[in-house]
Amino acid sequence: MSKQLYLSSSPHIHSGDSTSKVMRAVLYSLLPACAVAVYFFGPAALTVLLIATLGCLATEVVCQRLMGQPVTIADGSAAITGVLLALNLPPSSPWWLTLLGAVIAIAIGKQVYGGLGSNPFNPALVARVVLLISFPVQMTTWSSPTPFGSGLDLVTTATPLGEWKNAVMLTGQMPPELQSGMADYFLGNMAGCIGEVSALALLLGAGYLFYKRILTWHIPATFVGTVVLFSSVFWLVNPDKYPNPLFHLLTGGLVLGAFYMATDMVTTPVSTKGMLFFGVGCGVLTVLIRLFGGYPEGVSFAILLMNAATPLIDRYSRPKTFGTSRQGVRS
Amino acid sequence: MKLKTFTGGIHPPDNKQWSSHKAIEDCPLPAEFVVPMAQHIGAPAVASVEVGQSVSKGQEIGSAKGFVSVPVHAPTSGEVVAVESRPHPWGTSLPAVVIKPDGEDCWSTDLQPGDPGSLTVDEIVEKVRLAGVVGMGGAAFPAHVKMSPPPEKKISTLIFNGVECEPYLTADHRMMLEEPERILQGVALLQYVFGAERVVIGIEANKPDAIALLEKECAGAPVEILSLQVKYPQGAEKQLIAAVTGREVPSGGLPMDIGVAVHNISTAAAVADAVLFGRPLIERVCTVTGPAIREPKNLRIRIGTPLSHLVEVCGGLTEDPGKIVLGGPMMGFTQLDFDVPATRGTSGLLLLRDEDVDRQEEGPCIRCSRCVQACPMHLLPTTIAAYSRRDLLAEASEYCAMDCIECGCCSYVCPATIPLVQAIRYGKAAILAKKRSS
Ligand code: SF4
Ligand code: SF4
Repeated sequence: MSKQLYLSSSPHIHSGDSTSKVMRAVLYSLLPACAVAVYFFGPAALTVLLIATLGCLATEVVCQRLMGQPVTIADGSAAITGVLLALNLPPSSPWWLTLLGAVIAIAIGKQVYGGLGSNPFNPALVARVVLLISFPVQMTTWSSPTPFGSGLDLVTTATPLGEWKNAVMLTGQMPPELQSGMADYFLGNMAGCIGEVSALALLLGAGYLFYKRILTWHIPATFVGTVVLFSSVFWLVNPDKYPNPLFHLLTGGLVLGAFYMATDMVTTPVSTKGMLFFGVGCGVLTVLIRLFGGYPEGVSFAILLMNAATPLIDRYSRPKTFGTSRQGVRS
Repeated sequence: MKLKTFTGGIHPPDNKQWSSHKAIEDCPLPAEFVVPMAQHIGAPAVASVEVGQSVSKGQEIGSAKGFVSVPVHAPTSGEVVAVESRPHPWGTSLPAVVIKPDGEDCWSTDLQPGDPGSLTVDEIVEKVRLAGVVGMGGAAFPAHVKMSPPPEKKISTLIFNGVECEPYLTADHRMMLEEPERILQGVALLQYVFGAERVVIGIEANKPDAIALLEKECAGAPVEILSLQVKYPQGAEKQLIAAVTGREVPSGGLPMDIGVAVHNISTAAAVADAVLFGRPLIERVCTVTGPAIREPKNLRIRIGTPLSHLVEVCGGLTEDPGKIVLGGPMMGFTQLDFDVPATRGTSGLLLLRDEDVDRQEEGPCIRCSRCVQACPMHLLPTTIAAYSRRDLLAEASEYCAMDCIECGCCSYVCPATIPLVQAIRYGKAAILAKKRSS
């Protein structure tokens, strides 16, 4: 034999999966949501998407160059952060706000911790929350959707969740018409962040990720399930003041949050038990913040808080090692 | 019906189609045998012949040293041409007896068939020991040791491993199809030795012909044939026991702690040879396969046959291999060249091409949890590997590093291609070394 062989440790075959394949699949799964956003919000949404994505890629390159590390934008993770950030911004975001968000997401949300795999918080959410706190006006200026061909300009309006919150604060009562537009909410015909409006498009993408076995049911199911159950309790007690669970489900960023933000692998627990706990925690916090917090929307804060708890959850949700249950009998 | 199995595990492509339909062929004798003295877990044998001496087939050429050790025998008749260190599959040079066959291939006259009816349990175990029988599934643990559990450990369930879950390998499959009588003779002998109430032969459901045949052969006998879900590592001892009995071998314990003993079906056949015919373990069935070999085969090989001879018998290589693997692709070990001999544990010789070998660069862990879902021991491979790599041994063992069975599932699924098993193996060795020195 002419060639030098190497000794290597088993196993000698591999599934062929790679980080960049995983990331690429996530990007594909976000395409329907992006398409719907562009359909409803037109060039404004496209601009936000482009600036956020290119901004994240550029920031990653700059950070890695400055730190003398190999540039790894080809792994796709920065692009995902960019798209997710865009989907978490209002369609009317000015260009500088979007760009600032991209820089914050990558530089502060990710690279300061050492890059991919080391960041404790979902980078896109870090950026969103920083922007929300620093620029509350720009971050809560919503446009009503103007589907292509309707010839309308973007008009400033409130999100369904925001409307409800204002009404309850002013009158202690919920406007009844709010709960009648469920089909529109489901399809995306409502005001909100670029990516939160269409549950349908998001679920389509999530279906693809399930099929690819990149997403498991644990976090999304427990997150959504907990929101539905927990919000039902309040609704049953006082249906005049608290919106019904379906309203919680379809408005605001719950679907986007539960399927794409809370499932960010890097910032969530690794064990099954831990994921279940994580999902329930996100659900409880979301409802509490929505109903009693200062912001109409609670998904981002809930996820970030649970991100912070992830190391703790990991520590206490270790799977039971094979052969350690009582008397060797499987429990 | 839902087939029995364990939790965790993976589904690599089984790639058995290369050789599963090929009947076992006798491998012609090579020009020279290199019989290593170390072929089993435990103390190696010590050469008991001299250069120039002529030996007959089955004659003892290395004697056992200690209880966990077995003798080694001549694979054919011929002349001892060297007693020296030779390259060994374990990666170093180790003592071996080199035999030049005389072509007669005549058996030693010392070998006596036994009558199972008149043998006591101890006599059977002794015959197995003298025949040098070791576990043939790959671990090569001396069989007589497993057959002599302490009296307080009563074995109630005896499991025979016909799972063969490693991709590519088909040697056990062919054994079950072609030599069920030998296997079942061994099964009966081992059942007698252990006095077990329940006897199960576990086979993965991807060998329906073997399952059907053994079911037919066992009709009326107190032996259950259990078809198991196709999943790697279904053939690992603890996972097999979990599937068959629903019980877990306690961490740090042995199967006998829960009243179970597991033997490979090929080991059973070797036990039958040893007890009924007085024949030592000098041959085994080995699958020579993979995309880089011209004609994949199941060969009956003599122990000590150089790998180069096996390659030749299988029509040579189609291209320079990317990897030479002894055993299966999940747990086998790589070789630098074909200059080493097959041993009693050589269940397969796998030739992979460059393109079959994943050479992606390692990336950071993205905490995707695939390794956690795949681990059949329910460990956190990513955590243990990270601790091992940073020499945080206390933490690694706190996360049960020592329970890792090195099955490779975690490395197989990791999208960041982190060599998890390699890191954990290193950690385990370091933990053991530290324990020994303190
Ligand atoms: S940690 Fe060990 S037992 Fe678990 S999958 Fe990896 S190699 Fe197998
Ligand atoms: S499979 Fe690899 S990347 Fe995924 S959690 Fe395990 S070590 Fe990390």
